[in-house]
This record gives sequence, structure tokens and C-alpha cells, in this order.
Amino acid sequence: MDFIPNTNKDREAMLKEIGLKSISELFRDIPDRIILKDKLKIPASMSEVGLFELLKGISKMNKVDFSYFIGAGAYKHFIPSVVKHIVARSEFYTTYTPYQPEMSQGILQAIYEYQTMICNLFGMDVSNASLYDGATALAESCIMASNITKRNEILVSRAIHPDYRQVVKTYCWAHNLKFVEVDYSDGVTSIDDLKLKINKRTATLLLQQPNFFGCVENLRGISDILHRNGSLLNVCVIEPTSLGILKPPGEHSDIVVGEGQSLGNPVSFGGPYLGIMATKHRYLRQLPGRLVGKTTDGNGNIGYILTLQAREQHIRRERASSNICSNEALCALAATVYLSALGKNGLRKLAELCLYKAHYLADRLEEIGCSIVFEQEFYNEFLVKVKDAKTVSKKLLDSGILGGLDIGVYYPELNNCLLFCVTELNTKEEMDRLVEIIRKCN
Amino acid sequence: MQLIFEKSRAGRIGVSLPELDVPKRDGIISKDNLRDELELPEVDEVTLIRHYIELSRRNFGVDNGFYPLGSCTMKYNPKINEDIAKLEGFVECHPLQPNAQGCLRLMYELENMLCEITGMDAFTLQPAAGAHGELTGLMIIKAYFNEKGEDRKIIITPDSSHGTNPASSTMCGFRNMTLKSNDKGQIDLDELKKIINKDVAAIMLTIPNTLGIFEEHILEITKIMHKNGSLVYMDGANMNALLGVTKPADMGIDIIHLNLHKTFSTPHGGGGPGSGPVGVVKTLERFLPNPRIIFKEGKYNLINNPKSIGKVKSFYGNFGVTVKAYSYIRAVGSDGLRKVAENAVLNANYLKEKLKDVYVLPYNSLCKHEFVLSDEALPNGVTTTDIAKRLIDYGIHPMTIYFPLIVHGAMMIEPTETESKETLDYFIRVMGKIRAEAENKPELLHNAPFSMPVGRLDAVRAARNPDLRYSSN
Repeated sequence: MDFIPNTNKDREAMLKEIGLKSISELFRDIPDRIILKDKLKIPASMSEVGLFELLKGISKMNKVDFSYFIGAGAYKHFIPSVVKHIVARSEFYTTYTPYQPEMSQGILQAIYEYQTMICNLFGMDVSNASLYDGATALAESCIMASNITKRNEILVSRAIHPDYRQVVKTYCWAHNLKFVEVDYSDGVTSIDDLKLKINKRTATLLLQQPNFFGCVENLRGISDILHRNGSLLNVCVIEPTSLGILKPPGEHSDIVVGEGQSLGNPVSFGGPYLGIMATKHRYLRQLPGRLVGKTTDGNGNIGYILTLQAREQHIRRERASSNICSNEALCALAATVYLSALGKNGLRKLAELCLYKAHYLADRLEEIGCSIVFEQEFYNEFLVKVKDAKTVSKKLLDSGILGGLDIGVYYPELNNCLLFCVTELNTKEEMDRLVEIIRKCN
Repeated sequence: MQLIFEKSRAGRIGVSLPELDVPKRDGIISKDNLRDELELPEVDEVTLIRHYIELSRRNFGVDNGFYPLGSCTMKYNPKINEDIAKLEGFVECHPLQPNAQGCLRLMYELENMLCEITGMDAFTLQPAAGAHGELTGLMIIKAYFNEKGEDRKIIITPDSSHGTNPASSTMCGFRNMTLKSNDKGQIDLDELKKIINKDVAAIMLTIPNTLGIFEEHILEITKIMHKNGSLVYMDGANMNALLGVTKPADMGIDIIHLNLHKTFSTPHGGGGPGSGPVGVVKTLERFLPNPRIIFKEGKYNLINNPKSIGKVKSFYGNFGVTVKAYSYIRAVGSDGLRKVAENAVLNANYLKEKLKDVYVLPYNSLCKHEFVLSDEALPNGVTTTDIAKRLIDYGIHPMTIYFPLIVHGAMMIEPTETESKETLDYFIRVMGKIRAEAENKPELLHNAPFSMPVGRLDAVRAARNPDLRYSSN
């Protein structure tokens, strides 16, 4: 298969019409020394049948029929069929960035709806059209905070997802920002350590809500400390279904970012996901990424268009607010359809399912003598101390149960602690089975 | 057309959730942390589907027609790849789970195939898009000079480069220095020799460049840079022209990013997700993002390298996109890749030769995958925007316009290899017709398009009073 319609006859006719004798003449501007003399060492082409069988075989090398009790940045939620069918419309997925608005009203209106939903969900004024993923959105938010405050120290809570902290650290190093971690205490960001580390160079503090351990952070108290210091608070929500029941972070923060995978996108071995970013009106011009705005045509018809592009790289080049060009529009479309399908009542109900089920599992594990490590409010993830995490994990895996995640590799002080995640897809029967296995081996 | 919010009716819902099978417990979340209101639309499934299907009908993709958007390589996206990327074993695989040998194998093999195609020694699939790849590449450059104890601050970019190149340089803490192109639209060697100094970390080159022209002095350029101790970065957005013809490593390129969503046929999704793998020569391999995939004793594993720049994205990159690129490369195979480049370049030259007497072609030379026309000499005040908007009425997606900046009213045209001669001939006829309209009925062009749900939109109004969200009040 090569997906090339023109035949040799077509090619010959075309060459002749433009006065060339052979295909190789098309490449005569490339120095002969670097023209390949041999074929690429890539396997020969395949038929559609052969290709599908090959890839099906590779996909089956992954085991995916576990009972999943693992989240940590990638959440297994049910994806309604309507979401899959809309994002499979090739009028959406085979388009480029909507540079020609008259021909792209579909995706532009959908992104305008997306921006509205994100603002409502997070309690913010303006949302961009998406970034790569939650971790890069969090990293971009550091640069934005530094530009706003003209300060260059970034405080980062240690209760943030370890992968996210690593991405932030890399970006900070590249952008010459100082990366300073703030410790946690009893499962939430330590106010004492924050007070110790905050200073007049502090641009912002990064927090995760609920944090990596699943605990709900006290945004109000922390935001006061930062704002009194002239610093910002950037809050990251990695499991946004939590916003069906938890107070939105917008009220107490200046920039919110999020990972939108939970909202209608599959876990897909880590990507593509959806970077969410929203902020207050006053910081609009510092916001990175595309924005869709409403306008009219000459006849007064309402239409949507990419706007405020003077912030962006193709106009401002080295003075742009970010280098971002491609984003994750299709994942944003999935989130838009997902949030429309659930609506206000559905998202609340979904959040309650996750909340009650997670607490059921936590209660049952406590009953059999496991301890819940932190006594804080949590949504659908929580940390459990067991005698030997390796043994427990193995026993569970042998019975087809995956999780919780052994977080000792990220936090040596939290050795033998498993981070469990429960969603609406986990049944009571599954949870009872999990508890029974742990009871036997702990 | 109404927004989904305007179709909302209290009490409707578009999904059915499972019943709660555990006891309900009150008071888990304290009042302080509890959400009181949540404004989201309430719609039933039929309303929902009709709404978004109607929106899809107001969109135009490669599947709808010709899409010669220059530098974006809008080739056909094979349907089989969509089916493959949806296989349960891929979409349901959790990034932190064991037993993911299939995902790791696919990524490992794709890295190797990209190495073979470009001649580079190692690849990472972590960057999520081209600009993200640029940033990653620049971080590697920074780490390389840090290790050598050199504090080089400057990145040279030609004035024809993508805007992302200078923007990425700034993001990575470098200073951008713009290099003026010569009258052939290429790097001016004398100018390069004049501005180069020991503070220059690297040059970022797009090959072929954004005029679609291959840098004839590429070997001299890389030699000058290396002699200065600098590195050469290649923006691989235009790699479609070179597949199986020449390898960037043989030109002296040290770092390259590829755009899987251009060259390797993965769809653009209305602006993303993309994937921007970065390849490097051996001396830079240790700086690639963590984790890296290794294959040892019949097993694929992830390892962390202490010299690495760190992570640039959560987990391992846009895996679902890389599945499609892998499957594309396996489908077309070695000979097919070369054929892609040949046909892409033939199609572009065919259009260029047929259109150069109708419109001004500022750089009249052999092109690779694309070429750039100018709106100079158009009559009756007709501009590039007018041409673009009129193309819409003929069912063709406009070319890239007003880029590169070095051409007045640039129209950058990239047909790709997946278009037939008939489609190209139709485009040539339409472009001729529009040129005649510019002469005889210019108002048609000034007011186009006429065939779309909305007419030409007021961009100034949108920017002056930004309305970025719906409000029911």
C-alpha cells in the first residue's frame, strides 16, 4: 500500500509537460555525495490484511484485561459511544488548525464551547484552546507566572505528581527559573515549609488538587499566604471528574491547569492527552496557546475565529508568549462532547460514584487492618500502608488486579504504601475480591 | 447556529451511568470543599449527536477535498491506521502498568525506523508536536554546552524559518539571531560567515526550506558550523520531500525533529494531537529525555539516563499518534517511502510550472515538496487573502498564506503525493479562473467566500473585544 494515486503513465505525462526526462532530475539540486545509493533498511510494504494482523498481534502483547485500581495521572473512566463517534468524524480529525475560519466553523464553535465548559468547570474567566498535556501545561504556567510577576523562583509542592514535577523541573532549567520544592506534611502541602521558602523572588506556588496522594488541599489558606507576598497560585487538576463534587480551584488561584484525559479520552499508554489552561481576565494576554473568539461577518452573522494571535509564535516569533503551535484539539473536542453528554447532573453523579466507591474500598481495607496513610479528605485516590507492597502487588496481579501503585520509588519515605484509584468502572464485587486477597497476604 | 448551551433543557441527560452498588455515605466532603453549582449543558443523546454532526458538516478536512496547506503536509490519512490505533490492547493500556511489551516494542521499532530514515543514531518519541520537539532539541543543545562548560547563548534562524524556531529558542533561554536569505531564497554563506562567533550554539535549518528549496550549500553550512564548535538543528517539518532520497545525518545534521502528523500521515485532528520525535547523533544521545526504551534478553524495558535533560511530557509521548505512524511506515515500506518523496516533489513541480506564468513566482527554481507564489502584480487591489477566500468557493482549502515573511503576500502551496493528476489539473484551472476574475470581476474576490455558512469574518472585532466564552446572562 502506498496511497499514491498517480500511475507511471500519469507521472510520465506530468514530467513531459514540465520538460523533465526522469524523476531523478527532480533531485538534481541535492549534492550527489548525499544522495542515497541504497534502499532504506525498512521492511517491504504490506497489504492491509497483513498490516492489521501484525498490529493486532503487537497490541495483544499488552495485557489489558486487569481489574484496574491504578490512576496516578491516567484514569479509566467509561467513554460514552457518542464521544467516540463524534471524534471519528473525519471532517474533524483530518483538518489542520482552523486558519481559514469560514471553512472551519465546526471545530471553531466546538472549541468556543470547550473554552466555556472549562471556565465553568474550573471557575475561571478565560481558557485557551488546549495545550499538550497536564504536565506541560503546568510547566507553561510557570513561565506565565514568571512573566506576570517579573520574578523567577517557582515553588513546587512535593505532593504533585512526580512526572509533572520532573517536566516542570526540565522547563524551569531551560528557562532559567529556580525550581524549589515545598515539602508535604500529613499528606498536604506544608504551610510551615511554604512560609520558610517563600520570598520576594517567588513567582508562584504550584499545587495539585486533589494532590498526588489523593488528598484535598486547603487552597484558601495557602492562596492568602501567596497573594500577601505578591506571588501567584497555580493549581493543577489531574483528575477533573473530581470537579463534579469538589469546589472549583478558580476562586483561590490565578492560573489553573489540568489534565483532560479523564474527560472522554482513553488512557492509551500515556497519550495523546489534553492540556487544560485557564486564568483570570487580567492575565489574558500572557496566556499561551490558541484562543477562539466570537465575531461576525459582513452581514452580521455570528462566527468564530482564532483571535489575539499577536501573542503567538507565527506573529511575534522570539517574543511570543510560548512556542506552542499544534495543540490537542481533537482531545478537547472529546472533552466537549463528554461534558455535554454528562451535563451538570451527570458529572455530579459520576463524581459521587467515584467518591462513594473509593471510600467503600478504603473503609473495607481499614477493617482488615490496613491503614489509610493520611487523614485528609480525598476524592477517588488514597494511600494505603501494607506490610510488604511487593508481595501484595504480586498477589493482586496474579489474580488479575492491577494496583494500587507502589509509590516507594517516588517517595522513599513512603515505603510500602500503595496508591489506590477507584472509578465508576470498579464494581463492589471487584473491590471485595481485592480486599479478600490483601487480607490473606498482609 | 446555536451553541450547545442554548439547546440545554433542565433535566435532560445524554448518558446513562451505572447504579451505585455500595452504601452512600454523607459528609465525606466538608462544606468548605463542596461544590454548589456547576454550569454544564443538559442535552439528550439525539440533540447532542445532531449538534456535533452539524458542526462536523461545517468543517473541511482532507477527506472533503484538496488541502494544499504549505508546510503542513496535508496528505491523506489512511483509514486502516485509525482502526489500528483503536485496538483495545493499545487504548486500554495504562502507562504505569506492567505487561505492556506491545507498546514498548512498537515504540522501540518506530524509533529504529526513524533512525534509519534520517541516519540519526537515536530517537525519542516523547515530544507531543513539532514545536515541542524543537524545544526538546534546544534543551539538548543547552545540556551539551553546559557539560562542556561553555555558555553559548545564540541560536541562528534564517528569516524564512517557521515562527516556532525563534519562539522555541527564547523559551529555552537562548537569544535569537536572524539570518537574511540570499536572492535564491537560500542561506547566504558570506552572511553566515560574517555573523558566526563563539557565542553561537546552533543554527536551526528547515530542509527543504519554507520556500520549498533545498539548500544547495548544505554541506558547506554544516562544515562552517561544526568548525565553530556549533551544532546544526534541522526542523524536519518538510521531510516528506527527502524520504529515501537523502538522510539528514549525511548532511551533517546533529539534531532533528520530525512531525509524524505531517510526513507520516497521522491526522492533524483540527490542530492536534501531533507528535514530534527528536533524533540525535551518538554524541548527544545521553541527553535525550527520560525514560529511554532498551531491548535486552528478549524484553523491552524503560531506563533512566543520568545525563538526560529530564522529562518533557508526562509518560512517554503521544503514543496513540505513534501507532498510526508506525503502521503507515510498515504499510508503505522501504520502496514506498521513496515513492512518497518522488511523487510529492513531482506534484509540486508540476503545479509550480503550470502556475508560474499565471502568478508571480519570486524564486524560480526547482522546488521540492512545495513552492511559494506572490500577490505582486495582481490587478484591482486583489490580495492573497482574496485569492484564498475565493478558493473556498471552488471547494479547495486555501494554501498557507502570508508565510514565509520574505515573500510579499506569500501563497505557499504543498500538494503532497496523495493527490491525483486530475485534482492537480482542477486546481490549476481554478487558479487560472480566479486570476481572470481578479481582472474582470474583482468584487467576487474581495467579497468571497459565498458558499460557506458565514462570510468573511471580522478579525479586528474579535481581537478588540475578546468574547472567548458563552455566558447565559
